Amino acid sequence: MRNFKGFVEALDLSHPSKLEITTHDKWVTVHPANLVIVAALAIQAGKENTKIIGEVPETGRYLDRMGLYDLTKTSSPFVYHKKEEAGRFVPIKIIKTSRDQSHFITDVIPLLHLSEKNAIVVKYIIGELVRNVLEHSFAKNGAIVAAQYYKKTNRVSIGICDTGIGIWKSMNAYWHPKTDIDAITLALTPGITGTTRKEGGTAENAGAGLFFIKSIAKITRNYFVIYSGKAEYTLLKYKKRIKGMPRLYADPVRDPHSSTNSMPSFQGTVVAVDISLDETPEFNDLLSSIGTVYDKAIRERKQEKYKKPKFI
Amino acid sequence: MKKSIKMLKITGNFAENKDIAKKLRIEQIMPALSKGNEVILDFNGISGATQSFIHALISDPIRKLRSVAFSHLVYKNANEDIREIISIVYRYMQESLDGNDDSQTTLKHRKSSKHI
Repeated sequence: MRNFKGFVEALDLSHPSKLEITTHDKWVTVHPANLVIVAALAIQAGKENTKIIGEVPETGRYLDRMGLYDLTKTSSPFVYHKKEEAGRFVPIKIIKTSRDQSHFITDVIPLLHLSEKNAIVVKYIIGELVRNVLEHSFAKNGAIVAAQYYKKTNRVSIGICDTGIGIWKSMNAYWHPKTDIDAITLALTPGITGTTRKEGGTAENAGAGLFFIKSIAKITRNYFVIYSGKAEYTLLKYKKRIKGMPRLYADPVRDPHSSTNSMPSFQGTVVAVDISLDETPEFNDLLSSIGTVYDKAIRERKQEKYKKPKFI
Repeated sequence: MKKSIKMLKITGNFAENKDIAKKLRIEQIMPALSKGNEVILDFNGISGATQSFIHALISDPIRKLRSVAFSHLVYKNANEDIREIISIVYRYMQESLDGNDDSQTTLKHRKSSKHI
């Protein structure tokens, strides 16, 4: 995930109808988030206009296992039996409806072979993020999802991407953010939804989803990245040497983070989350901490609207 | 009268589909509460739920029916995670409604979800 920014900066998005994919000639190591961006661009360009060029090293087999070659007109140079695929990953999947989503949660996440406790966290994150895409992105190609379990670090990495309207447009109806990064900041703020300005949200939306997921990443001391339009926000890893549960803030700007508003303009949204399973507390404790900050944020925002006495 | 809804049959093991939540709310929960019936949501066999699912299920009854929803919505067999999410939705909905014209809830009188 540390390389995400470099990867995005290297994207040339000037010709969306044609996609050429290159890799390092010695090694290929790729976060699911990078993979889903490439997959989303490939789907947008069409298989006949997408190819993998240059020399792909042996480790590029991973791209085949994750299903990237299937989205291009380039034949995979890698030969192996499908049975060898037994690994703990979710290859690139396209989710277009809530039924697809339920099927994915029920039948595909088990491919990661997680304990029930950890599976709940992953189901929660994917459930909320995919739903955001289906409901708010207006992406005709749906949500593109991939995930990988890394045994060495006992971590699950998740990437979700769409080529829909992007966060700025989604927030603009009610909040009028000036820039893409302002839109991302709003979307990460608890209680702010793109569907209303009313506190408490609408019958269907509360404006909690992304805040909950960023908070889960923070509590489990890992990265969370969101990229949409020209903006990218990265929640930095909370240092392991700092004891106790990381403190949560309603304002995403108060979290240790990096952000920029000068990335190549991506028409859509990407979210990347890493979850360290060693650092995951009981889920209800985690939810309780997040809920407390959420309430406080709403209370404080309401108090800001209170009439103030006039002193002269 | 009591209306019991077995969630597992409708949502599967993990409750995340908001379309299902909305349908349940509109077709079963709101009509039953409006008639003064108690609604028991039975989460037996469900391992987890998303906040957005629970919000889509119960925020509107809380917003529109207030005390009727607090006294007549009952949660059965909800595990600790689901209880926590329901409690979060109860808290932030009351927090949001406090101070609005017809709100009767204050910090001191905050209602908790009913579990059996």
